[in-house]
Amino acid sequence: MVEENKNKYRLTKKDRLNVFWRSQFLQASWNFERMQNIGWAYAMIPALKKLYTSKEDRASALKRHLEFFNTHPYLAAPVLGVTLTLEEEKAAGEDIDNAAIQGVKIGMMGPLAGVGDPIFWGTIRPVLGAFAASLALSGSWLGPIIFFLAWNIIRMAFLWYSQELGYVQGGNITQNLAGGLMQKLTQGASVLGMFIMGVLVPRWTNMNFPLVLSRVDVAENEMVNFGAISEAANEGVLSGDMLRGVVEEIQAGLSIQPVEVTTLQNTLDELIPGLAPLLLTLFCVWLLRKKVSPITIIAGLFVLGTLGYVVGLLG
Amino acid sequence: MDIITIVLVVFVAFLAGMEGILDQFQFHQPIVACTLIGLAAGNPMQGLLLGGTLQLIALGWMNIGAAVAPDAALASIASAILVTYHGAGISEGIALAIPLAIAGQVLTIFVRTLTVAIAHATDRKATEGSFRAVEFYHIGALMLQGLRIAIPAIIILSVPPQLVTDALNAIPAWLTGGLAVAGGMIVAVGYAMVINMMATPKLWLFFALGFALSAIGELNLIAMGIIGVVLALLYLQFAPEFNQGGGGGGNSSGGDPLDDILNDY
Repeated sequence: MVEENKNKYRLTKKDRLNVFWRSQFLQASWNFERMQNIGWAYAMIPALKKLYTSKEDRASALKRHLEFFNTHPYLAAPVLGVTLTLEEEKAAGEDIDNAAIQGVKIGMMGPLAGVGDPIFWGTIRPVLGAFAASLALSGSWLGPIIFFLAWNIIRMAFLWYSQELGYVQGGNITQNLAGGLMQKLTQGASVLGMFIMGVLVPRWTNMNFPLVLSRVDVAENEMVNFGAISEAANEGVLSGDMLRGVVEEIQAGLSIQPVEVTTLQNTLDELIPGLAPLLLTLFCVWLLRKKVSPITIIAGLFVLGTLGYVVGLLG
Repeated sequence: MDIITIVLVVFVAFLAGMEGILDQFQFHQPIVACTLIGLAAGNPMQGLLLGGTLQLIALGWMNIGAAVAPDAALASIASAILVTYHGAGISEGIALAIPLAIAGQVLTIFVRTLTVAIAHATDRKATEGSFRAVEFYHIGALMLQGLRIAIPAIIILSVPPQLVTDALNAIPAWLTGGLAVAGGMIVAVGYAMVINMMATPKLWLFFALGFALSAIGELNLIAMGIIGVVLALLYLQFAPEFNQGGGGGGNSSGGDPLDDILNDY
């Protein structure tokens, strides 16, 4: 009897694609009481519609899927997959009660959220966003285009395949995802993320200290002899060799200015480029760990930056 | 005022408002939202540059659990309208983006609270087994989130351009210059938020390595990405926590859960 039902209550690929499409609207009605609950039910509806036909069955199915649910919006996909399998079995007459289904959902959502946040919000989006922003700032349209396409391809592929994985694997998936595999992914993504952050901090934080520390007159023999060149040009005897000589002098490191100005920024760059952005970032991390809100820090930096500009320290 | 421009701008704003809650297609991210507003308002290059800059600032703005982050949607849409439609400068747009992000955050918290009532209405319809009603309420809540950005966009659009120009001209030069300087620095807060989420004592090593290598200008981001991926793979191969019982014969089920899943699949 149960075996026979199993074929009758089978979700087709089309049903599962339908659930996948709707799962993208998981957070549409995110609320402070049960968070993603309606979105979850909304995603399940194509399956529930197929599996249950009577009004009572449908009402109780909806009730069980309107319970509290909240996880990373993409990591809900494997949970959906597992729940689809459970609902198939329940509809076919297996003894699975509401509490069991709710237990699977709650059991999976916590660990999975902890995995999705660092991978998607913490690594892929900042890295992709920073890369795209650098293209955009150089005036290239590829910036937004690459960001949009790459992100959505990765996201949709993840949603579909992890939902299918959940569907095929059923209950086993919790162990696999929350266990070794996801931990590896999280760690690997964090290594990549921290490395890229180290690269970005000095490259893309704009801090310049134009404060002049010293002005030194350059000795005549350490400076490119522009006087001779202009004289020759005026007399009309300027030759290619003379120009080559000038370029060679510049390449040899002779100064092209009569006065050498050293700013605070030059001195810092000699130490190691990007020192000031590094210190600023570490300071922000420290503040965040002291539970200072990001908005407060941003406001503080606005005040600091403006003051620095007014007194001439920053520019 | 061109009616097509206005319709397009409001449409993009609505899209960004919906994405601000969905967090799927990323229409609310500055690099997408500002560029689209720029295109709609007929000033695409300004939109692109503003989007690139704001994107760096918003890198670390993420909703985790039930916590609501500063709102990238309102920040991008409203400042992009001011810059590409009303002709404000990019550094002014950046300075205005921050208070706008906070305003957007307040608005989304308001809608998310309002949606509790929708959840209760849904419960009542669910007892009748009505799928249609559940779908209706769900999409209705999404529309509210879209309006959350579309309505402020309409308000900003309808301010007379002369008023905006006058207001911006009234800002003294020291403040505009100072805000531009500060704009370059606040990127650090976004980086700090991302770092703060990932950092463990071991991982700071990789941050230090990235910092040192960043001085080599010839290594562009693609090269850096390759180095990063190689480091991550090496780390997974050699870190002791992923190699328990390496020498001791192992158990019968095999060590790598990825292999197990792929075999079953």
